[in-house]
Amino acid sequence: MFDSRLLRLDPLDNILVTIQTLEEGESVIIAGRSVTVPSKLTLGHKLAARDIRCGEKILKYRMPIGSATRDIAAGEHVHLHNMRSDYMDTATMQARHSLPDQHPSGKSA
Amino acid sequence: MIVTENAYLRSDGRKGIRNHLVVAYLVECAHHVAREIVYPYRDAGVQLIGFGGCYPNAYAAKMMRQLCTHPNVGGVLLLSLGCESFKRTELQTAIADSGRPVETLVIQQSGGTRKTIESGRAIVAQILEQMAHVPRAPLEMREFIVGTICGGSDATSGITANPGVGRAFDRFVSEGASGIFEETSELIGCEAIMAERAVTPELGTILGNAVSKAAAYHTVLGHGSFATGNAEGGLTTQEEKSMGAYAKSGASKISGLLKPGDVPPSGGLYLLDVVPDGEVRFGFPNINDNAEIAELIACGSHLILFTTGRGSVVGSAISPVIKVCANPETYRRMSDDMDVDAGKILESRATLDSVGDEIFDLSLSVARGAQSKSEALLHQEFVLTYKSFEPIGPSCLPRV
Repeated sequence: MFDSRLLRLDPLDNILVTIQTLEEGESVIIAGRSVTVPSKLTLGHKLAARDIRCGEKILKYRMPIGSATRDIAAGEHVHLHNMRSDYMDTATMQARHSLPDQHPSGKSA
Repeated sequence: MIVTENAYLRSDGRKGIRNHLVVAYLVECAHHVAREIVYPYRDAGVQLIGFGGCYPNAYAAKMMRQLCTHPNVGGVLLLSLGCESFKRTELQTAIADSGRPVETLVIQQSGGTRKTIESGRAIVAQILEQMAHVPRAPLEMREFIVGTICGGSDATSGITANPGVGRAFDRFVSEGASGIFEETSELIGCEAIMAERAVTPELGTILGNAVSKAAAYHTVLGHGSFATGNAEGGLTTQEEKSMGAYAKSGASKISGLLKPGDVPPSGGLYLLDVVPDGEVRFGFPNINDNAEIAELIACGSHLILFTTGRGSVVGSAISPVIKVCANPETYRRMSDDMDVDAGKILESRATLDSVGDEIFDLSLSVARGAQSKSEALLHQEFVLTYKSFEPIGPSCLPRV
C-alpha cells in the first residue's frame, strides 16, 4: 500500500512521484512503513518505492531514467545527490548549452 | 471497429472527419486577400492556410500539397500574388488530380485587392455548394490517423497527460489505427529504449539516428532541453525529461519513421522526424507548436491530441485539436480551453487507465462530429516555414 500523496506510474517502477507538496518532517507511508520527509518536496519529485542498490537502474514509467550512485533506502528522496544520467551528465549538458548570447529553448515542448 | 459511419469520402479514396474548404495563400503578399475572403465564411468550415516565403522550397511545396489534399479538406482556393516562385500550377494540378474542386486566383491578373476578394468569395460559395454533396462512408479504425504533441509543459505533463495519451495511443494502435508522435529533440536519452520497440533492427537504427541528428542540430543552435527549472521541478536527468514526452507514445511496437508529409501506409505507431536533414540552414526546426501540428496533419492526422501543463490555447486549421490538460490547477483556471482534465489523476479522482479511456472515447466523439474546445472557439492557427529533408528510405516503413 502506498500513500495517496504519491503516484506509482508503473508497477515495475522503483520510485514514486509526489503529487502534492510534502513539507519537511511530514510522514508518508511507503511499502507499509512510515517514512519522514527530510526536506520540503514540491509536486513532481521522486521517492524510492523500495530499497535500491548502488548501480541499480532507476525506473520511472517502466523506463530507466538513470542509475543509483549509492544505496538508497525506501522512502528516500531520489534526485541529483544519489542518482545520475546513464546518457549524459546533467551538469555537463547545462554547461554545454549555456553559451553566451544564447537563450535556452524558447519552446517548452 | 468503425470510427464514424459518416466520414467524408474523397475521390482519391481517403476519408475525412471534417469537410473544410481551405483558402491557401502562396506567399505572404497574398495573405491579406486570402484572409478577407475567408472572414465571412469562418463559421462555415472555411479555413486559412498558406506559405509566406517568396523563395522556392521543396519541403513547403510538399507540405502544401499534402495539406490541400488532406482527407479533412473538401475543396481549395489558391491565392497567388503572381510573381512569387511557388509553383501554383503544379499544386493546382495535384489537388485537381485528387478529385477535389480547386480554383486559383492571381491577384495581379484579377484586378488587385478588392476585385480579387469579391471573386474569391463568389468562388468559395460555389465550392461550398459542390462540397455539400460529398458522399459519406464508414471510416474504419485501420484508416484512422491520430497525432500527438505536447506544449507548455510542466512537472505534471509527464505524469498525467502524456502517459494518459500513451494509454489512448495503445488502444488506437491495438484497434488498427495509426498513431504518430514526434519531437525528436525531446527524445534525447530515449533512443535505446525506442530502438528496442522498433519492428525491425534496421528501423531501430533509423530511430536512433533521428535522435542523434536532433541532438547534433540543437548543439549547433546552442540551446538544450534540460534547464535548471527542470531539476527544481523534480526532474533529475535528460532521459527522465525526455521520458515524460516519450510517454505519449504508449507501449506499442514502433512500425515506422515518417518525415513531414509522409502518410502511414498501414496502421501502427510511427515516429515523425521533424528535424531537417543536412547542415543547419533555416534556424529552429520548429518555431512553435503549430509548426509541428501542421506537420502531423500533413502526415494525414485526422485529429491531434495536445497535452499541456501550463495551459496552451491553440487549435489548428484542417484537423481538430483535443487539449489534454496535465495540471489540475491549470484546468480549473482555463477549463473553457481544455477538453480533458488529466490532472485529476493527481487528486485521486481518476487513474491513468480511466483518463486514457476518456481520451479515446472523446477522440471518437470528435471524429463523429462533436467540436473540440479549440474548434468551438474558432482556433485555426497555422504556420509553415522553410525546411529541408532527404526522402525516407525503404527500411523506414513497414511492408504492406
